[in-house]
Amino acid sequence: MAYKILEKEEIAQSVHKMVVDAPDVAKAAKAGQFIILRIDELGERIPLTIADFEIEKGTVTVIFQEMGKTTKQLAKLSAGESLEDFVGPLGTPADVRKLGTVILVGGGVGVAPIYPQAKAYTKAGNRVLSIIGARNKDLLILEDEMRKASSELYIATDDGSKGHHGFVTDIMKKILDSGEKVARVVIIGPPIMMKVGAGVASPYDVEILVSLNSIMVDGTGMCGGCRVTIGGKTKFTCVDGPEFDARKVDFVELMNRLAMYRGEETKAVEKYEEECRCGLH
Amino acid sequence: MQLNEEKNEEKTGKAKKERTPMPEQPADERRKNFNEVTLGYTKEDALAEASRCLACKDPKCVEGCPVNVDIPGFIELICEEDFEGAIEKIKDTNTLPAICGRVCPQETQCEALCVLGKKAQPVAIGRLERFCADYDSQKGAKVPEVTKSTGKRVAVVGSGPAGLTAAADLAKLGHKVTIFESLHKSGGVLSYGIPEFRLPKKIVQQEIEYIKQLGVEFKPNYIIGRIKTLDELCDEFDAVFLGTGAGLPNFMGIPGENFSGVYSANEFLTRVNLMKAYDPAYNTRVRLGKHVVVVGGGNVAMDAARSALRLGADEVSIVYRRGEDEMPARREEIEHAKEEGIIFRFLTNPVLILGDEKFNVKAVECIKMELGEPDKSGRRSPVPVEGSEFTIPADVVVIAIGTSPNPIIFKGSEGLEQNKKGTVVADEETGATSKCGVFAGGDVVTGAATVISAMGAGKKAAKAIDEYLTGK
Repeated sequence: MAYKILEKEEIAQSVHKMVVDAPDVAKAAKAGQFIILRIDELGERIPLTIADFEIEKGTVTVIFQEMGKTTKQLAKLSAGESLEDFVGPLGTPADVRKLGTVILVGGGVGVAPIYPQAKAYTKAGNRVLSIIGARNKDLLILEDEMRKASSELYIATDDGSKGHHGFVTDIMKKILDSGEKVARVVIIGPPIMMKVGAGVASPYDVEILVSLNSIMVDGTGMCGGCRVTIGGKTKFTCVDGPEFDARKVDFVELMNRLAMYRGEETKAVEKYEEECRCGLH
Repeated sequence: MQLNEEKNEEKTGKAKKERTPMPEQPADERRKNFNEVTLGYTKEDALAEASRCLACKDPKCVEGCPVNVDIPGFIELICEEDFEGAIEKIKDTNTLPAICGRVCPQETQCEALCVLGKKAQPVAIGRLERFCADYDSQKGAKVPEVTKSTGKRVAVVGSGPAGLTAAADLAKLGHKVTIFESLHKSGGVLSYGIPEFRLPKKIVQQEIEYIKQLGVEFKPNYIIGRIKTLDELCDEFDAVFLGTGAGLPNFMGIPGENFSGVYSANEFLTRVNLMKAYDPAYNTRVRLGKHVVVVGGGNVAMDAARSALRLGADEVSIVYRRGEDEMPARREEIEHAKEEGIIFRFLTNPVLILGDEKFNVKAVECIKMELGEPDKSGRRSPVPVEGSEFTIPADVVVIAIGTSPNPIIFKGSEGLEQNKKGTVVADEETGATSKCGVFAGGDVVTGAATVISAMGAGKKAAKAIDEYLTGK
């Protein structure tokens, strides 16, 4: 099997968008779900959230940041090349319903999974207040798309190079303090941002959902590598999630489990970059 | 080369009473590599062993085989040195002989009923089957003839031993079969579970190629329950066979089970076997432990322990809550594990996993057990001995205490009866389920069992599906 890359673009520094020909996945995909891909025979399986999908064209869009060896290798591929494996849709779809006003918060590449949710919540008849952020304006992604998909869009950058100078959660707190009745907050981004965001929102009478990014192998519930503790119970992110009630998530455990292979990952990147310099890739 | 020493109570008897030993890698060598442990019979070995068969008129061995291979028939052909004829005879009823010859627990099946076993050692049927299959693949297996199409379409969900067997049998009967597999490689537990040193993946792929030649279409990366529901498959196909196995790992539910370094056997073995984490050329990693503790007493526990050893662990111990005699693992695997230096801690049960400040596992606290009264199933249940707690240092812990059916397959589908444990209720003889046109077999019906029992179920279901489709 091979899945052709139809489009490939660097949409921010080290952040890439890839449109893949995968009609079976496109037809079944829903907001909140993800895929697992494998570049080639030697490759590992990595999970990426579905950032967009078009049933008619049979395409699925993923957005990823260069972090480790596999994402760096993925960034080097261009349109016309193929991926060995591309399986999905995986995970339970996001619980999108008409609730009234919903705040969607996306940080860094976490804006990518927020985008299909913004579209879905808007379509379901909600007032969607979106807040997107990045370290600086060059790392900000999907601004135009998010503006179109939301009732209102707010931007925050850590260095103040665009929008609010500070964190996305500052804006979220301001809205929650404004007295506007908000039914739900969805926060997606790096685990530390979701942990902090959940902490900020938890004193308010609002539902808080996060989408977790555990380490995965198969993504179909057969190994438990992605297990997380939710309200004291073990759950598998790939099947029971990735969306969970933020108040119940054990973020400390999640972050420790994510660090499990850090040494090996660093070594793999160093080796890969060394080989690239020698022209082996 | 060290030879497998076989027990023989009647060493003074006729030489014929001793089965021909099979060459294998010496223990101190093989514990450092993932190459196959047993090396297979030579032609001379096979001829010597085949000549021991008494060619019974009413062969009991055939009854002991879940797929009823004509055992005396193929052994007679070996004696005549017609190895091609022998493999053809086996393949009449068994599509995966190279696999069965290696992983079947023959000691409880065909060989258990061999009449020679009453006074001496039974004929080494498994080794002879393997010899024929390996001879066949070395020569280049004959391309099977594709039967005239019946025009009927059957969907097989899952490409493990049950699905592969059902698919092959249905294709031979002229039905158009499509196999849906969620992983990127076919084979189920044959590919992700059983390690290379017991079942080389090249052999699994060869058997799968053979099934492709029968006209079976394989759809990898295709998850029923996510891409399509079972109900949708029922609409598109004339019949459906569910061979989705029992792939959901059970955990113990003790504190510390989510520390980094604690694996389900499924995850550990998937990383090692399917993703080849033992080979630095591949990108998937697995934590390399110095002190590895494996919990459980089945074949999966043996596979995990022996894999951990080969990844370079200093010490690997198996912790099992019952005694040695109660271990469900194959005798041969337990012996192999012992020879390789795996430590066995019987009547021991973990109660707590301890970790460091970074949530990495550092030890397992266990309690001693004693066997109490027999439970409903007749097995004596282990009871903790109060105050007998002790700790074993560990940087990797593998939980191999069993699996249950994965519920994804049932998502969005209706009318399929399941029992409390999540297994599918199906007729033992036909595999028919409560849902019209849907048949099931293997671990998804029985819970975790053996490769050959799954194949037997696939075979019975294929016959029943054929009757259902042709209105017999």
